[in-house]
Formats: sequence, structure tokens, C-alpha cells
Amino acid sequence: MYKITRKKVLNPTVTLMDIYAPLVAKKAEPGQFIILRVDENGERIPLTIADFDRESGTVTIIYQIVGATTEKLNHKNEGEFIEDFVGPLGTASHTDGLKKVAVVGGGVGCAIAYPVAKKLHNSGCEVHSIIGFRNKELVILEEEFTAVSDKLCLMTDDGSYGTKGLVTNALKELIDSGEKYDEVIAIGPLVMMKFVSKLTKEYGIKTTVSMNPVMVDGTGMCGGCRLTVGGETKFACVDGPDFDGHLVDFDEAIERSSMYRPFEREKHDEACNLFKKEVQ
Amino acid sequence: MPNMSLKKNPMPAQEPDVRNKNFKEVALGYTKEAAVDEANRCLNCKNMPCVSGCPVNINIPAFIKKLAESDFEGAYSVISQSSSLPAVCGRVCPQESQCEGKCIRGIKGEPVAIGRLERFAADYHNANCTETPVKPESNGHKVAVIGAGPSGLTCAGDLAKMGYEVTIFEALHLAGGVLVYGIPEFRLPKAIVQKEIDGLKALGVTINTNVVIGKTISVDELFEDGFEAVFIGSGAGLPRFMGIPGENLKGVYSANEFLTRINLMKAYEKGSDTPVQYAKSVAVVGGGNVAMDAARCAKRLGAENVYIVYRRSEAEMPARNEEIEHAKEEGIIFRTLNNPVEILGDEHKFVKGMKCVEMELGEPDASGRRSPVVKENSEFTLDVDCVIMAIGTSPNPLIRNTTKGLDTNRHGCFIADENGLTSREGVYAGGDAVTGAATVILAMGAGKTAAKAIDEYIKSK
Repeated sequence: MYKITRKKVLNPTVTLMDIYAPLVAKKAEPGQFIILRVDENGERIPLTIADFDRESGTVTIIYQIVGATTEKLNHKNEGEFIEDFVGPLGTASHTDGLKKVAVVGGGVGCAIAYPVAKKLHNSGCEVHSIIGFRNKELVILEEEFTAVSDKLCLMTDDGSYGTKGLVTNALKELIDSGEKYDEVIAIGPLVMMKFVSKLTKEYGIKTTVSMNPVMVDGTGMCGGCRLTVGGETKFACVDGPDFDGHLVDFDEAIERSSMYRPFEREKHDEACNLFKKEVQ
Repeated sequence: MPNMSLKKNPMPAQEPDVRNKNFKEVALGYTKEAAVDEANRCLNCKNMPCVSGCPVNINIPAFIKKLAESDFEGAYSVISQSSSLPAVCGRVCPQESQCEGKCIRGIKGEPVAIGRLERFAADYHNANCTETPVKPESNGHKVAVIGAGPSGLTCAGDLAKMGYEVTIFEALHLAGGVLVYGIPEFRLPKAIVQKEIDGLKALGVTINTNVVIGKTISVDELFEDGFEAVFIGSGAGLPRFMGIPGENLKGVYSANEFLTRINLMKAYEKGSDTPVQYAKSVAVVGGGNVAMDAARCAKRLGAENVYIVYRRSEAEMPARNEEIEHAKEEGIIFRTLNNPVEILGDEHKFVKGMKCVEMELGEPDASGRRSPVVKENSEFTLDVDCVIMAIGTSPNPLIRNTTKGLDTNRHGCFIADENGLTSREGVYAGGDAVTGAATVILAMGAGKTAAKAIDEYIKSK
């Protein structure tokens, strides 16, 4: 059992939790992920590590409520426990030697982009962060990004906060204005990563994306997380989750991610109804 | 006078049309009467050919003699001298190619049902024994075991009995390895596995789940933490795919994923949050036990048509005879000498069919099996909405990639000598991590051998 030491609602659908897992905290690096199970009948779900504190032995996760598992997780409070928490899994993001990087985050993906930006910033790299959200209500981690970025572009789809437009608009403007990036790191919805990669390919800028496919064990056993990268089959859990954005077959990944969507919706509604009944 | 019946006592089983709709155990086990009657078929041969066929050298004639005398507990103690998981092995060993394959009675008629008798003795013991194992006095030496599957559990059990303080590190949230994530409930009830694991805990073995060696802790750190020897029983992991078009369509599973969702995550139970596809028609590619398990699980989820698609003929199938028979009885359709060439998808990228070709057997290949060759103009499409690839696995790379000085072969398997010793002092390995995908009993045998070698190594230090 793993204790929830902090819970903070970041926006109506996104929540942050610190989990006491000293062995995981000791080894965690930006770009890696964990697998958790909320309770005994729970599903194993992967979540990318948003932050970690080796001294206090905690690992920070940030999740969006989409299915039954995240719904159940969200009903847990500070001081309560979750059943299983294993990691750190996957390979860490490569940040060595980078001097100037554009970090692009979309929605809840900003939670994963942040530790990468922080690590780059701490190693003396110039960081330009472009973070995008649907609207003002959904903005997360603005302060945190401000603290680790030499330049920050905050975008919203509807213009209710920051600049109206997509992250790709901001990225294109920066590149066109003469900014020379060693690398672009894009983390967010598959569609966003696809279009960021498409844009940077035109400019020939190396681009890394973080994939978060369907997964069961997370240790290279089930093969559910496979994706096509440069024409080869790769397993996100052991070969990734970071991949060269110019080589990833995003269309296939987008299709594969929808495999259990009807089931997720049904289970989510079931879980919601259950919690409603409990409240009544 | 021995019982000279040419046939084994039949195994009582759930009716095929009933059992292919539930996940309860298929084979129900011998009654005492059937067990004694079957035991009397043993000729008690002096040269004991059956024992030479057993990877852990159980004294088979001795335990069968006890059964014939109705000394059931006595039979169990004979078996437990050599095997730590008899209730498991009686159910999942390929007896026809091991002990029973060597039985003299098999020359004319059927061999003695050694597997069924082993299962009977183990089940009798589990049902009637109230003693819990006593924790032996500690000898003060610590050993780490990586992986709570058949090889790791056996190695840990043997070392604990010698007084070692053993800690097992398991990557998943539950101990048991392939016994819990791979082999289905209807073939090996999980309560049996749990009982074996509880027995180990009573012996003082610590099991740390949710620890991935190579990620959470490295092998080097285990030594820094005071473990004097390490046994790696991490199993074969990475599933293989065929490399044909369409394998990443929705509805294509590796057998590992499909079986893990069902067995470990209990996706078929209403309360489980883990999804699995309820398909109408399923093609399982492969001819081993894993393929049979996947096909029979798919049937139990309600699929109307379940095909086993195998490129050789039934004679070459590596699955146990019993699994093939059970699968057929349950309505699984065998498409042998068929090979997939492409998986077809609909406009939403879900599987809608599998294009196959017919094969014929040519000359024997390196493995001695006749290799299949494509029949010209034999292409046809199998109408399926789910495809499960059960064509084997490669060793997991996590330990290999994070541990210095551990030699592996070109397949990525750890190289270990006949005692399980790897290229690194104090590090032993066994099971699928060394051999590639093999059987539960071979993994157990390797765990046993390594336990003995680890004991000698630590004593000699």
C-alpha cells in the first residue's frame, strides 16, 4: 500500500498527488513513468512522473479524470492509500548537452513536460516553453513553468487566457523569428505531437515526443504498448516512452489509443454512479 | 497382481459444453478409488525409466507404491522430497514427453497416469494437511531471488529450507509469474498457486511485489544491500510478432497481453476495471500450450468461432496432448497447415479478417520437424475480428541492459552453466530467462539446481 501525502486540484478535471514510494523516488528521472492500481479490482494504468523528491521519498503524479481508474483515484484523499505503485519504468529523457530547447506541452501533458523543462533549466540550458490549453479554466502549472523558462508562451484555443491559438502557431513564430533550437520536446495529446513533429520536420529540427499508449504490465511483457517508429515495431514501456517525433506513426497510435474508449466511458459512468449512490 | 488394463483411469471433467462457458477448473481430479486403481497399473520397474524422464527426478515408482497402499500422505512426502510445486506440476507438466513417455506400460496401451496421480497426492495433502511449514533457524546469510515464477519460487523455497534469509523481488503486483498471469484458472486454479506461495512465506521467505529489478533496484545494489547471492528467474518477456501487415490493428493481441488481461487482471469478472475485447470470431496463431490457453479463454468470453491457426500439422504441435484434446472438445476449430500473411482492417482500423495461405510439409529442418512450405494459389481469408499471436517470446531486456558483466547469447538469454552460474560471481539464473520459453517443470528444475549451487557457493566463501 502506498500513501497519498498530498492532493491538490489543479483544474476541474486535473489533479496532482504526491505518493510515498521511496524506492521509486530514489531512481525517478524526468520522462519515466509509473504504473498504479487504485484498489484490488483495479486496472493497471501508466502515468508519467511529474516530479519527485528523493529526500521525502515522494513521487508526484498528475492525472486527468477520463475513466473508472482515474475517477476512483480522484476519490482518494490525502492520508489514504492506493494498492500498487511501481516504477520508475521506461527510459529517462535525454537532456545531456542540450543548450537551447523548445518545450511544448499540451493540456495535462504539461505535467510531464514540466520536469523535463526543469531538468534542462537546472543544467543551464535555455528553455522556451510553449504550453497550450483549451481555455483559461484548464490552465495548470503556469507558475512552475515561469520559474524554469527563459521564455514562456501560454496559449489557449479560445483566447480566454494568454494568446489565442495553437502551440504550433507559437512554435512556428519563434522559429521564424530566428530562434535556433537544438531540439524540440513535445508532450501532449497525440494530435498535438503529430502536428508539432510535422512542423519541425519542415525546419529540420530534432523533435522528441513522449508516448503514452495502452499498457498492462509496463515491463515489456504484454506488447500492448507497441507502436511503429521508423517502420519498426517498438514497445513504449521498454524502448520509450520518448521517441523521435519524425519517425513515429502517429495515425496508427491515434487509432490504437481508441481501442477501449467505449469500455472506458461505460466503466467511468459506472464508477460515477457508484460514488453518487455512496453520497446519497 | 498389477492392474493390467490397457487404458488409464479416465479423468473426470466438466462437460465440454458446460466448461467452455465458465472459468472453473476443467479436470476434476481422481477419486481415492480411481487413484488406487490407477496406481496398481504401475509395474514398479527396477530400472525406473519414468524417473529419467522427470526433470526433477521424483521417485515415481515409490510414490505410486504408497498410493497403491492407500498411504496418500506418504505418497506426497515422497514427491515433496524432489518437487516443491506438485499440485502445479501434476496439472501443467507435459507428461507425455517426460515421465509417461518413458513408461513401460505405454509400449502396449496407455502409460500409467503419473501426472494425474501426482495431482491426486498433492491435492489430498492440501485438503487434509493442517500443519503449516515451520520456519527453519536462520543461518544468517541473505539471498535475493528475482521473479516469483516457477524457478524463483522453487529456488527460494529450497534455500529457505536450508536456513537462508530469502527475499523475492516481483515486478507485478502479485506473486506467481506465469502461473498467475499466463496459465488460466480453468487449467490451474489460482488458489493452488496462492497456497504454495503462503507455504513459502511460512518458511520465512519475504516477497516484495512491485519491484522491477533493473529499474527500481539494480542487481549491484542488491549486493550492496548485503545479499550474498542473486538468482535471476525473470522469465521470458517480450512477445514476438510475425512482422506481417496489419499486426498493429485494433483487435490484435499478443497472447501475453490477452492472457494477462484475463488471468491476472480478471477482465472476465464483472467487478474488474480491466477491459478485454469480447470478439465474435478469433484466430489464435501458434500451436503451443499458450495458444491453446488463449483459444480456450476466447471461447469462454463468448466467441462463436475460435480458430487455432498453425503452419505445421497437428503432429508437430508443441502443446500437451491433453490441451489439444480439451480444446477440440470445447469447439476450437483447428486450421493446421495454414499460415497468416496479412491481417485486414475495416475503416476504423479494427480487425475484420486474416488472410492466410495453405502449407504443406517439406524436408525436416534443423529442429528435426518437417518445415512447412507455401502451397501455390492457396490464399484465403478467415473471417475474424480478433487475432491473438501466440508464437513465443524473447527474454526481457531490463536486467540485461542494466547489469554489467552478465553474458547473454544472441537471443538475449542469460548464459548459465549446468549449476545456473552466470558469467558473474554470485549471480545465478534459470528458467525461461536462460532457456527462452520452455516449461514450468524445467524452470523449477533450474531453480532447484541453482539453490544447491548457491548454498555451496556461500558455504565456500
